[in-house]
Amino acid sequence: MTSLVIAEHDNTALKDATHKTVTAAAAVSAPVHVLVAGKDCAAAAQAAAKIAGVEKVLLADAPHLDRMLAEPMQALILSLANGYDAILAPATTTRKNYLPRVAAKLDVPQVSEVLKVVSPDTFERPIYAGNAIETIEAPAGKKVITVRTTAFKAAGDGGAAPVEAVSVPPDPGLSAFAGEELSKSARPELTSARIVISGGRGLGSAENFHLLDSIADKLHAAVGASRAAVDAGYVPNDYQVGQTGKVVAPDLYLAIGISGAIQHLAGMKDARVIAAINKDEEAPIFQVADFGLVADLFKALPELDEELARRGYK
Amino acid sequence: MKVLVPVKRVIDYNVKVRVKPDQSGVDLANVKMSMNPFDEIAVEEAVRLKEKGKATEVVAVSIGPQQASETIRTALAMGADRGLLVKAEGAVEPLAVAKILKAIVDDEKPDLVITGKQAIDDDSNQVGQMLAALLGWGQGTFAHSMELDGQTAKIAREIDGGLQTVEVKLPAVMTTDLRLNQPRYASLPNIMKAKKKPIVEKTPADYGVDTTPRLKVLKVSEPPRRGGGVKVTSVPELLDRLKDAGVMP
Repeated sequence: MTSLVIAEHDNTALKDATHKTVTAAAAVSAPVHVLVAGKDCAAAAQAAAKIAGVEKVLLADAPHLDRMLAEPMQALILSLANGYDAILAPATTTRKNYLPRVAAKLDVPQVSEVLKVVSPDTFERPIYAGNAIETIEAPAGKKVITVRTTAFKAAGDGGAAPVEAVSVPPDPGLSAFAGEELSKSARPELTSARIVISGGRGLGSAENFHLLDSIADKLHAAVGASRAAVDAGYVPNDYQVGQTGKVVAPDLYLAIGISGAIQHLAGMKDARVIAAINKDEEAPIFQVADFGLVADLFKALPELDEELARRGYK
Repeated sequence: MKVLVPVKRVIDYNVKVRVKPDQSGVDLANVKMSMNPFDEIAVEEAVRLKEKGKATEVVAVSIGPQQASETIRTALAMGADRGLLVKAEGAVEPLAVAKILKAIVDDEKPDLVITGKQAIDDDSNQVGQMLAALLGWGQGTFAHSMELDGQTAKIAREIDGGLQTVEVKLPAVMTTDLRLNQPRYASLPNIMKAKKKPIVEKTPADYGVDTTPRLKVLKVSEPPRRGGGVKVTSVPELLDRLKDAGVMP
């Protein structure tokens, strides 16, 4: 009984989300195969071959898979689906984009954003933005699953799986890539950073948001934001942490000027330690924060920056 | 061109959900229900296409209990032309929803289906993609902006790290993300007008779809609670505490 993991990569580097999905897959149905689909992505396939517990890596390399668009990815995965009992992908924006297409064509109900594999057919997943956890049993037959990667430990290296090229169905020609605008940042990615510092509406403006920069640099932290700050136009949407944005689980989450709306808490409450600075001592964020400082952030942030410098953080 | 907008009736965005003590589900009794916020954005986008003269008709569809007709009325008050209610009690899973919608699309032959990227109750994020697959159509999910250009839709999508633009051949399915637009409030005259707009009622059986759930919900529980911690009085104290907790680099 074998499972197939759809790898997360950018054609060059394999992402950590893949390792985490392998961990979930091993609990559903072992052995685990990994599909690396893209263009000129052999290096990512080689990296996948090193993941402990992976029995085989399938490499689907074709020009039209460059951007891993939904329609050709559906065709590819369906062409491979026969040999597998379970198909899993990390619940990233690219994978969420096409896995339901695969499930629909297989006539299988997809299980989205799995937090825990209770048994090979029983899963926990968040509903209502994580305000309730549903335990569900999937019917007999193929499983199609997306995985909330922050809930799983990454599988380590140490494997030496063979890489096998697979044939790629032609492009269905329903859509075409027409451009990309990625926010440029030298900082770690939000979903994999060990420390995240997020700002809310309390920062008051796009300019003030830069008060977080120097602190983030000293802590090697990723910068995030609440939906209120995104809606107010202080920062782009891909900064957003919460139900409708990204879900993070860093070692330390610093919430600055964030009131702590339910929808925001859904995205960060699994952080190991939460610290909050807010001038409103009634703010709901203090109900989840391990350490709370009631203070005017325009005083506290410069002080924090100076104190970090004094303690040798550069 | 015709635009079909599937909308779902869900617990209002601002209501704090409560898990039933017997863990059989979430308490829906006497709770305010509203249109799924992402679906509101979908209705707004469709109505704007009509106002720009690009769409000729906007049809709002909901699958749910009788009260889902109120959700359709909201869409009609925002500017949709007519409604279609597929009456179904209990939870209807995304795949069954997609199958019903496919049958409706076969009937109605819209050029574009616009719906929310996910419903804020089950958070599945599946229906749009499943519908596109069943129809053999292209898709643009998590839309941030959209332009229609003859036989294609140019859709900028919210992806991890930024935006990706795809050109999708019509007919197609688009799912909405938050920044696509700001939905309007229906004006009182439009709410009155919406009462006269037609809503046709159907059942899943009319479309030959069995909505019996295939995923079995064993229980619904509260998430692990995080206790509130301690208040600190100064920035240095905060840093000392974080250092003691072992989370400082």
